[in-house]
Amino acid sequence: MAANFFAAKAPSNKTSVKHVVDPTLQPWVEKYRPKTIDEVSAQEHTVAVLRKTLTSTNLPHMLFYGPPGTGKTSTILALARQLFGPDNFRNRVLELNASDERGIAIVRDKIKNFARQTPRAQAISSDGKTYPCPPYKIIILDEADSMTQDAQGALRRIMETYARITRFCLVCNYVTRIIEPLASRCSKFRFTPLDSESASLRLAHIAKAESIDINQPVIDALINTSNGDLRRAITYLQSASRLSSSSNPPTPILPLDIQEIAGVVPDNVISDLAQTLGIDMDEGMDIDDTPKAKHIGFDPIKKKVKFFMREGYSATQIISQLHDVVILHHTLNGRQKSASALVFAEADKALCDGADEELWVLEVALRVHKAVSSR
Amino acid sequence: MSLWVDKYRPRSLDELNYHRGLSERLKSLAASGDFPHILFYGPSGAGKKTRISCTLRELFGPGVEKLKIDQRVFLTPSKRKIEINLVQSNFHIEITPSEAGNYDRVVIQELLKEIAQTQQVDLGAKQRFKVVIINEADSLSRDAQAALRRTMEKYMSNMRIILCANSTSRLIAPIKSRCLLMRVAAPSDEEMSSVLQSVARKAKFTLPTDAGNKIVDDSGGNMRKAILVLEALKMQSPDLTGPLSIAKPDWEVYCYKVADLIVSEQSPARVMEVRAKFYELLSHCIPPTVILKTVAERVVDKVDEALKADIMHWAAFYEVRMRMGNKKIYHLEAWVVKVMSLSKHFFYNIDMSDFD
Repeated sequence: MAANFFAAKAPSNKTSVKHVVDPTLQPWVEKYRPKTIDEVSAQEHTVAVLRKTLTSTNLPHMLFYGPPGTGKTSTILALARQLFGPDNFRNRVLELNASDERGIAIVRDKIKNFARQTPRAQAISSDGKTYPCPPYKIIILDEADSMTQDAQGALRRIMETYARITRFCLVCNYVTRIIEPLASRCSKFRFTPLDSESASLRLAHIAKAESIDINQPVIDALINTSNGDLRRAITYLQSASRLSSSSNPPTPILPLDIQEIAGVVPDNVISDLAQTLGIDMDEGMDIDDTPKAKHIGFDPIKKKVKFFMREGYSATQIISQLHDVVILHHTLNGRQKSASALVFAEADKALCDGADEELWVLEVALRVHKAVSSR
Repeated sequence: MSLWVDKYRPRSLDELNYHRGLSERLKSLAASGDFPHILFYGPSGAGKKTRISCTLRELFGPGVEKLKIDQRVFLTPSKRKIEINLVQSNFHIEITPSEAGNYDRVVIQELLKEIAQTQQVDLGAKQRFKVVIINEADSLSRDAQAALRRTMEKYMSNMRIILCANSTSRLIAPIKSRCLLMRVAAPSDEEMSSVLQSVARKAKFTLPTDAGNKIVDDSGGNMRKAILVLEALKMQSPDLTGPLSIAKPDWEVYCYKVADLIVSEQSPARVMEVRAKFYELLSHCIPPTVILKTVAERVVDKVDEALKADIMHWAAFYEVRMRMGNKKIYHLEAWVVKVMSLSKHFFYNIDMSDFD
């Protein structure tokens, strides 16, 4: 039966495209992807500029950059759809992302060949609407920051030579990973993390469309845990609604559910850790002004860290939450905070390099403790 | 005759002994029809794999247990051949891309696309999609993770991905935001002893409580280890009474010996001795991080309170260097010398203060 997996590739693409999935089973991220650029949340500036291109049929090369979940891919896909309509979309737009092989060979063959073609005549749109359908093609290079330097280098001249009939749109998270010559050929659009207002509007809209019942605290929890990443917020919302609707009887969604889905360490657990490190957690309760003997030994801290590791919380999550606790703390002084901040930064770097989690959480805990207990 | 770990492994979500809330969730997700991509994470031996296989059974029925092992050859762009072992049934496929080392990206790109672009042919199947299980997801290279991103969205209708990892730290944010995170914490001590008791019941013998507790203490939250130890002990002394000695692995004993050497004397000659021991450990393929951690923990137990924090600090410091560097022994040795000099300084200071 191995054939099941691999052999059935043959049937033509057409039929499989028609074979649309039941929309209720679609991820909401796809389902509520903006259809037109006016639907794109926040990003007013970018949208305003792009709206002009719809009427003027003139488009520069573009470079979209910004943190994940801010609508970069959605914007360019919506724009392309509005420009060409569903029927021309196929032969006018080439979308390549990191799941496609994008070495220098692909740039030289596939991209160059597509860029070279003269755009085909406009097919008559089947849905009766008229699309501007300007005389150029668009190549979308999604996640362009994962392209190698060489591959990016090979793009340079291609972008210029075929500029008359092909426009490029590079989409990436880190603009610094795009080589300078490419960046200077594009007009750059920065996508900012969503402000909570537009995020909550969009979430409320989706909740209404899916007829699920959520209240403001839940939306706040979604926005807090997702840090301006709308895609993450929507995914969490979907997971939460899935869980709540499948239980019997359906229970309302609680902010706590969201935290659990998001993999956030619960607040009380973190404050417990902070307490172990000698950080005063009960705010405004300083009745006895003699500071308690803050002599916490090595062993309690080590035990606490072992417990955290057994619970399976991820080190980056622990560290970032502990960071928030320390930095926003009321009574710690600047020296203590900056000493701690240094530790957090070092730990983050170490974890990025693949260091052992337990050792580094312990290291952070010990050094924060030291920093906090020194006056 | 299979090991108890496999023989008494729970087969369905109802049989799972702990984390009931999690099982309930998985069950409702499997029943609801729209199953998301899931990322299971937690320490080893907590039961991630067991939960995954139970979930699959819940999704597809007993058909998923008909497994077969396959080998596939992929060709990298540089025309190198890499072989990957697959475990698959009609409904799911399980891969460990990190087997391919640096070329894991190729495996992800080729294999996943192939699966994703085909639809389920079996009309009698309970679900329209197939499931791809990716083991050791935290050791996927960044490129491979980037390759997963769009594939996960685009082919959602034909395929769901279940990632299994020890920690989410090394996964890039875009992957995390596309998955439903499921934290599988290590079982608590009570839960572990109840599992051990139920294993004993199934194997038809009685497990004395103190023996059970001893095993639990020794295993440090690792269920698999606990059951393995239980079986080993049962082999040694069938009635499981009297003083039990849980055999430590040889390398652990060896590490303790190294720690004792470091604590007892600090001299260049001792460093050479320790170095020889480190070489011995490394040549037996004990991962250097594990060596460092085990030795450091033992050393910390034996030194003065004031030194402990510093020793752990340097252990963490040299551990990162070890990852970045090429030759592990340098960094292990550097740490040993550092610890020795720290403790020498410490004693020296005490001596001086006594003089005053």
